[in-house]
Amino acid sequence: MHIVIIGNGISGITAARHIRKGSDYKITVVSYESDHFFSRTALMYVYMGHMKYEHTKPYEDSFWKKNRIELRRARVTEVVPASKSLILEGGGALNYDKLIIASGSQPNRFGWPGQDLKGVQGLYSLQDLEALEVHAPNKKQCRRAVIVGGGLIGIELAEMLRSRDIPVTFLVRESSFWNGVLPEGESAMINEHIRQHHVDLRLGTNLKEILSDDSGRARAVITDQDEQIECSLVGLTAGVRPNIGFLENSGIETDKGVLVDRYLQTNIPDIYAIGDCAQQRIPIGKRRGVEAVWYTGRMMGETLARTLCGQDREYKPGHWFNSAKFFDIEYQTYGWVSGSQGRDPEEQHFHWRHPKELLCLTIAYEGKTRKLLGINTFGIRLRHEVVDRWLTRALSVDQVLERLREANFDPEHYRRYEGDILQAFTSNTEHIL
Amino acid sequence: MTTLESMSLAGGPPKSLKNGQKLSVFLGLSSLCILLLATFGIDFPNQGFWLSTSLSGILLGVIGFSWTSYKGEPMGIKNHGVQFKSISGRGLWAWALGIVLTAFYIVLYFYPEYLGLVQDGPNRGLISLFDPLSHALSGNPASQWFVYGTLYTLAILAFGIKFLWKYRHNRYQRLRTLSVMFFQTAFAFIIPEIMARLNGDLPYYDLKNIWPLNYYNFERYRVNAFIDGGDIGLGMLIFGVLSILVITPLLTYFYGKRWYCSWVCGCGGLAETAGDSFRQLSDKSTFAWKVERWVVHSVLVFVVLMTTAVIYSYLGSDNSKYWLSKSQFLLGVGLLLTAVFAWVMVFRRKALKKDAIYGAAGYMIIILGLLAIHGFSDAKHIFIFSSESLRKTYSFLIGSIFSGVIGTGFYPIFGNRVWCRFGCPMAAILGLQQRLFSRFRITTNGGQCISCGNCSTYCEMGIDVRAYAQKGANIVRASCVGCGICSAVCPRGVLKLENGPLKGRINPREVLLGNDVNLMDLANQNSDTAY
Repeated sequence: MHIVIIGNGISGITAARHIRKGSDYKITVVSYESDHFFSRTALMYVYMGHMKYEHTKPYEDSFWKKNRIELRRARVTEVVPASKSLILEGGGALNYDKLIIASGSQPNRFGWPGQDLKGVQGLYSLQDLEALEVHAPNKKQCRRAVIVGGGLIGIELAEMLRSRDIPVTFLVRESSFWNGVLPEGESAMINEHIRQHHVDLRLGTNLKEILSDDSGRARAVITDQDEQIECSLVGLTAGVRPNIGFLENSGIETDKGVLVDRYLQTNIPDIYAIGDCAQQRIPIGKRRGVEAVWYTGRMMGETLARTLCGQDREYKPGHWFNSAKFFDIEYQTYGWVSGSQGRDPEEQHFHWRHPKELLCLTIAYEGKTRKLLGINTFGIRLRHEVVDRWLTRALSVDQVLERLREANFDPEHYRRYEGDILQAFTSNTEHIL
Repeated sequence: MTTLESMSLAGGPPKSLKNGQKLSVFLGLSSLCILLLATFGIDFPNQGFWLSTSLSGILLGVIGFSWTSYKGEPMGIKNHGVQFKSISGRGLWAWALGIVLTAFYIVLYFYPEYLGLVQDGPNRGLISLFDPLSHALSGNPASQWFVYGTLYTLAILAFGIKFLWKYRHNRYQRLRTLSVMFFQTAFAFIIPEIMARLNGDLPYYDLKNIWPLNYYNFERYRVNAFIDGGDIGLGMLIFGVLSILVITPLLTYFYGKRWYCSWVCGCGGLAETAGDSFRQLSDKSTFAWKVERWVVHSVLVFVVLMTTAVIYSYLGSDNSKYWLSKSQFLLGVGLLLTAVFAWVMVFRRKALKKDAIYGAAGYMIIILGLLAIHGFSDAKHIFIFSSESLRKTYSFLIGSIFSGVIGTGFYPIFGNRVWCRFGCPMAAILGLQQRLFSRFRITTNGGQCISCGNCSTYCEMGIDVRAYAQKGANIVRASCVGCGICSAVCPRGVLKLENGPLKGRINPREVLLGNDVNLMDLANQNSDTAY
């Protein structure tokens, strides 16, 4: 049995590792991007000088040979299910018995004029990082950068560029940073923090056009408010979409991503898709069909590996969780806390923010039953297992606030705010009653 | 990835210094020059004045540099450019500093006369510059060790203040740093000098410097001085024995070895403060880990043998001279080691890797064999070598070359904990305690790890923290000194140092937290099977 995996990101590699644990199948991982698995989430730290590229590799280079996982550096141009083979760029083919598509994402481009100029790029792959080193090595060669798209990658790119003192203008379509996801209080705090880092944050502003200089390089952008901003780099960070162009004529059914069932199988037998590029035919609970998140990619990889090793396993992600860091503020979320847009009127929020420090917390609960829906924290670490248990047991918001201390995961000796939070909650509730 | 290799050349953060930083560098270096001039024989007229000027200039230089670096910056982890900078990225400055430090240690240990030490006469040069301070504290003229101790303390204080600023958002780091600054200043520097003034017959004793780090603590001249020093002396001797046999295991059981290595110890203190800029240089390969385990435990065996031989050599054959006789002492050592070995093999076998069991058993056989050889022969010196040559070899190889020249001189090349990781027998003992019976662990927060590698990169002990975190497993490693930097640099709040019950401390998880609640329960049940 020969299992071929397209993509050496977290999903593909997790699948490969667990297939190796559970079987003796021949495993080949094909990647165009890099020789070895590295942590995509750490690319920003390479640019900022916190780490070298070597440090982003979770396994030593000898690991792959030792575990008989063959690595192949090549781009797959076509998948031919009829002959169970892959066609590689520059000739050559690769046969498989089972195929796992884990080809990840690519940055969104929405047809902006000038989006293909030199100096215009996203931030997703290793090649994007290399391009950034060329376009924005320092503040002399990059007089200003304009970032388009206020999501997680946008703010990371801003942090990266600011670490080299490059002036940054940050165009955010929404009226407040990431408020499609974050409730208003949290989003407002992040707005402040972005500006604290001397980023020129433009809320409610869209990109209209990117202007070119004589050599075909971006020299300025024009916003939808008809303002022209001179710049040497345009970062396009308006989200990502599945990287599945090479599947076009393969007969594999796709929508936004590769359509899969709960066993992560596509419409064609022996072909599976996991990670960013996979799309659940029927979304699971409140989850989106495509989830371009590290953690879900890893879970899918592990789940599929078990299925392929003979223990059929459904992909059943537990309670939603995610995390990020906005400059200096750590963010964790568990369960569902809706943003300020399109929130179900039944969903109530309790929001607490520290009077001085950049710390806040939001607990979402059902208005009638007071059942916990989710928790967001900023600058306070929570214990995953504890919050997960609360969600499973459907605790009420009142119970959660009383037990908040149990979930604290901040380093020892840190100041604790459970008392303040409970007090704020109690006085809040009394006020309402 | 050729392009990535060249990145530090192409880009990097702004390299030019701010004006305040330039001023501070000037102040610090010119103050250092005073010491250098003294070393090269310039006689300063008013030594007290020039010494104070120089030391406070160095202190203010470091403080000023840190202040201009961190003021106005938002709080948080700012390791910008660490890998690009010459001093922290093994560039020219790193090599230059490494060579200078190494040369300093060689002179300090082997050629103190170059620093101005004069036997039976007034000091010259650098050491004489420190005479006024030494007189003020202990009433005696300075020695090379006093000069070293003063500069060492100064380094911990100055860079400690820098560290406090750098991690001002992190209370664990602040408290820990205040602790090492306190222990160095009070216990290592001031108290022994004052004790020498109060009672000149007592041996110089830094109470926090525990055998076997303080490998000479039970040598004849010290033990005699302790015994002759009355109740206080005897108390100190008893404290020295209790430190290693009772206090150390107890504290390590409750808090892990960090109570010592990153809160109290002087070597750790220097590594955490002056060495903080070099923590990312430690080798994380599994090969280095293997070398570490063999080398550090071999040093431990060496120091046990050496100390046994030395004590044995001066004990009497009956109890007239000391409370213990030669044979009682040997029997005691043999029984203690056997008891520890037996306990480990019976109760903690599962926690050990195969090579650890072989290594431990091998060393046990060697030690007991040597003791037995002695029992059947009437050799003048225990073991095959004389106790004196054992002591000298240890003092030269481990006490000087390893801990000083390599351990500190090579900070900018191999990282700041080379000695603690590969050489320190104290760390080895505490490490065994920590691995085998301690409540301490670094907890991994469920499935939150993104494998970024900041934790591993900034682990000064070269632990591949990420390897555990990304599996959802807790980190329980003998070498972990509990500095807490992995937890500080983690961008996702995945790691927490904490003390808790032994049950479930080591938890290899088969299924990552996140997928399917039932599986999670299964994983958690399985996790309690091994220690």
